[in-house]
Amino acid sequence: MNRRALSSPRLRWLAYLAIAALMLALPFAVDAFLGRAWVRIIDVALLFIMLALGLNIVVGYAGLLDLGYIAFFAVGAYSYALLASPQFGIHGSFLLLLPLGALVAGVFGILLGAPTLRLRGDYLAIVTLGFGEIIRIFLNNLNRPLNITNGPQGITLIDPLQFGGMALSKSYAVGGLTIAPVHSYYFVFLACALLAIIISLRLEDSRIGRAWVAIREDEIAASAMGINTRNIKLLAFAMGATFGGISGGLFASFQGFISPESFTLLDSVMVLCMVVLGGMGNVGGVVLGAILLTALPEALRYAGPLQQAWLGAVYIDPSDLRMLLFGLALVLMMLFRPAGLWPSSTRRREFAVEDEAAGEERANA
Amino acid sequence: MDIFLQQIINGLVLGSIYALVALGYTMVYGILGLINFAHGDIVMVGALVTLTVTQALAGSGLPAPVILLIAACCAVAVCVLLGVSIERVAYRPLRRAPRLAPLITAIGISILLQYSAALIWGKQYLSMPELIKPDYFAVSGAQFTGLQAFIFLLACAVMAGLLWFIKASRIGQAMRATEQNPDVAGLMGVDTNRIISFTFLLGSAVGALAGVMVVLYYGLGHYFMGFMLGMKAFTAAVLGGIGSVPGAMLGGMLLGLIESLASGYIGDLTGGVLGSNYRDIFAFLVLILVLVLRPSGLMGQHTSERA
Repeated sequence: MNRRALSSPRLRWLAYLAIAALMLALPFAVDAFLGRAWVRIIDVALLFIMLALGLNIVVGYAGLLDLGYIAFFAVGAYSYALLASPQFGIHGSFLLLLPLGALVAGVFGILLGAPTLRLRGDYLAIVTLGFGEIIRIFLNNLNRPLNITNGPQGITLIDPLQFGGMALSKSYAVGGLTIAPVHSYYFVFLACALLAIIISLRLEDSRIGRAWVAIREDEIAASAMGINTRNIKLLAFAMGATFGGISGGLFASFQGFISPESFTLLDSVMVLCMVVLGGMGNVGGVVLGAILLTALPEALRYAGPLQQAWLGAVYIDPSDLRMLLFGLALVLMMLFRPAGLWPSSTRRREFAVEDEAAGEERANA
Repeated sequence: MDIFLQQIINGLVLGSIYALVALGYTMVYGILGLINFAHGDIVMVGALVTLTVTQALAGSGLPAPVILLIAACCAVAVCVLLGVSIERVAYRPLRRAPRLAPLITAIGISILLQYSAALIWGKQYLSMPELIKPDYFAVSGAQFTGLQAFIFLLACAVMAGLLWFIKASRIGQAMRATEQNPDVAGLMGVDTNRIISFTFLLGSAVGALAGVMVVLYYGLGHYFMGFMLGMKAFTAAVLGGIGSVPGAMLGGMLLGLIESLASGYIGDLTGGVLGSNYRDIFAFLVLILVLVLRPSGLMGQHTSERA
């Protein structure tokens, strides 16, 4: 679609309406054609969109490489799970717990950020990685002497989201349509993901967003322009962590079960892959990356039977194949398309200039 | 007192392994300003190659030192090849790219190495055949094995050799020049590309030796073992002052001591609330503390841009 076709307001509203209708019908259509498992995958993809958008604030906008991002997701998930499950016998309302999870994650973000943000990028990467591991080790071991997290067994029977008296874990019939849990969660997640997208887009052009970009490009120049770099970077960290915390809470309610297994370094790397592959700093790119990388492992599930059929045996386990492809993709993307599949316009310019400069240097050498 | 001495001995042995791995990080960082994330996984490959070769030769009737020597040579050869080609293919094209790019590439390489190793060696723990019967020596209440002494002495010898090499040899001089200023070193007739390759070669070779020591010491190998080892060695490098070769050695030893003392005493100190299953946390705590309190490390030069 080009811009001129959408210039008339009426056409634009029609297009929005069509997209909205498509979004509303999507889970039911997918359910009918591909099966319920794929609706679940779409739900997960929406969660990852939120998560990746949060990381995009930290990595894409502010240029701070965070390799322990999944820790904030874990913090959000556990703070929801602990206060809405038989673990302590507390069953709080999600209206209270989701913001609480976001707050706790945000506080963790500041706690991590405050001492580390004066470090340069690559140090920060390692420290955040260490932080992610520390959180996971604690979650794994805090089952004794006082049982808080239930250790490696994780927390089960987490309450689903509840609107009034309607628990989203039950199926409802509306007209001739059965609304299964995956469908109702789809709508909740869709709303949240849209909110995350809108917030990200609005942030991008805001005063804060431009300050982030300035810091990413040249921190010294940014602080010379009067930006309080420490506070603005802390804000990026806290904001990214908040996104992670909320999606963590949603994840816990959706799954009904969480354990430290779900929050490993590889999950951090996967979210990072979504941001990098899609296009750092560009909301559309990040959304694309999140969808692609959620769907890819599912598609790779067919790789096992295919190997069996063609080669007679399963040589590469599909989940290993996925990791191999991730690693390869990270390397190849940085070599050949460093700005991502769908880069933001500033990034594209920036990398093009870099290329020219490098080319000139080679020519002069 | 004997527990204290025992933990010191264990810490020194562990620390000498960390120090060898840390050298790989610190040399590459000194020259390129790049955290070579994949270094821990190169050590892992070295360890697994050693395991495979020893397993293959264990029944051949060769004397144990010969088997170990062959295994170590194979490990060094494979790691050097791997390290140098990674630099050539993945890092060199990105030398002028924005900072984030080579770091992300390094993470990608690390994942690639891990899962390629999982394909080749499988995901289970591999165990080392017992070549040398452990023989114990007692020192005032504590004891150590001949193997521990061997690891410690070999590591010290390698480090001393490396220090001498960097200080006295022509290539070492070129390495230091490249580290200070690659452009000017180039003008002075140093082929910086070759020196960078050589740095990776040296780092990978020392890393391979560390891998040999790890499997000798623990008797186990695993495709994911490089991650924790790499993290700890990186911490050691930062503790000593990243970019500084003697710093990495000091940092490695210190970290080994801190870790074994802390995990030895944490149970008593906290009244049994925290156990030695938290041992992996200490490295990260040290890392965060050093970065907060003294980012240039113990022996690093203080530069405002690095802090």
